Amino acid sequence: MLAINTGGASRATQLPGFPHVHGFLDFELAGAMMQSTMLAGVSGGIALALDFEMGFIDRLFAAPISRYSIVAGRLAATAVLGLLTGLWFLAIGLIFGAHIEGGVPGALAILALTCAAAGAFGTLGAALAIRAARASVVQGIFPLVFVILFLSTAFFPLGLLLEPAHSIARFNPLSLITDGLRGPVIGGLTAGDVGKALAGIAIVAAVGLVLTALSLRGRARTG
Amino acid sequence: MGARTEAAMVWSLMRRGLNEILRVPGAALPGMLAPTIFLLGLTAVFGNLHHLPGYPTDSFMSFILPVSFLQAAGFTGAATGVNLARDIELGWFGRLLVVPIPRWALLAGTVLAASLRVLLPFTLLTIVALALGARWPGVDGLLLAVAYGMAFAAIAACWSVTLALMFRTQSAAPLMQAGTFILVLFTAAYAPLPLLAGWLHDVASVNPVNHVLTAARQGFIGGVSWSNTWPALVTLVGMTIAFGAVAVRQLLRFGR
Repeated sequence: MLAINTGGASRATQLPGFPHVHGFLDFELAGAMMQSTMLAGVSGGIALALDFEMGFIDRLFAAPISRYSIVAGRLAATAVLGLLTGLWFLAIGLIFGAHIEGGVPGALAILALTCAAAGAFGTLGAALAIRAARASVVQGIFPLVFVILFLSTAFFPLGLLLEPAHSIARFNPLSLITDGLRGPVIGGLTAGDVGKALAGIAIVAAVGLVLTALSLRGRARTG
Repeated sequence: MGARTEAAMVWSLMRRGLNEILRVPGAALPGMLAPTIFLLGLTAVFGNLHHLPGYPTDSFMSFILPVSFLQAAGFTGAATGVNLARDIELGWFGRLLVVPIPRWALLAGTVLAASLRVLLPFTLLTIVALALGARWPGVDGLLLAVAYGMAFAAIAACWSVTLALMFRTQSAAPLMQAGTFILVLFTAAYAPLPLLAGWLHDVASVNPVNHVLTAARQGFIGGVSWSNTWPALVTLVGMTIAFGAVAVRQLLRFGR
């Protein structure tokens, strides 16, 4: 998607209202990272659901450890996956000519944010996996990932989105995360951008953790 | 065995493929929803691209709709391969092979079913796009887009069937989808050739599917002309022969 978007809409930077960037790839990197961290969250959910399907989790639940630690372990793995995807896209971006205005500190901030974002999305995947206990159900939310992404600033500036995407993107926490990831690439590392990203991640994580806790309770009751 | 019996067998297999829409809806739904989501999503995101100098239409949705047609064809073709892989996994296809009919007839029924199944997402896409302001392509433009899309679905089905026969597992589904996904999107999908980035311009220029897209798109952004139609026709015939031959070859080797 990064290659196709960048190659197909590269002249978008000439549109009035498009932020100043060295190239469209600079702008799209954050969107690709967002997409990747969301898919990492879904993949983590699928893996957890498969553990349920195979009965592995039932055996783990019988172990004298906190149930939350089982989920936390899975989320940590998802977060590491997020870190790796951040690294991957930074490398791809640099190879193909992207400029990271924030330099090394900016790149490190991006990696930390992708790691945290993947963990946050992992909580949503985990909640669904625990609730459904079926990999196919978790897999079924893949299209939803794209819907949510299209309704954010992941691929295009807010001011150039058409309605109703424009209005929805304004309140979509993913826009906060994307803008926060994009800041260090196109404008340098600022506390404001990092704060925006952290706020978005906190919203997603809070919702995900509550849903995960509720799903775990339900699973504990019903077995 | 007479030609009439073989035709009846092809028809039966085609009907079976169509029945799967209602009886295995989970397999058909992604092929309908995914292109529609991409149509709406891409229009919402990149809808302002039509303001670029040199863009041939003032409606991005009209420009991208034929891409969604080809995506739908790709998804439908992939679903055909996944269904066949499931039949192989369950042993049903093995039993079908002992039926005294030529193997090409087995392939024809499956592939023709894909061509008809794709009419479902085409209908949904057309209704959604026209309701949201896409340009009416005229009867000729619409028929051309639909016919070429159906042919492309058959080609995608041949590709997916080949992979299903090769790997014999539904796990090959991503490969089936990725092939056509790449072929469709590495074209002038988002913008006309001159507005693409250099590398994509070069790839799209030699990508045969770009001819198909140009022909399917012409009615939505202007008038239908023979000069935009015949290269796609040649491409589709060539691809059908090539992908069909590979699928038949794979089918002949299956289980021997």
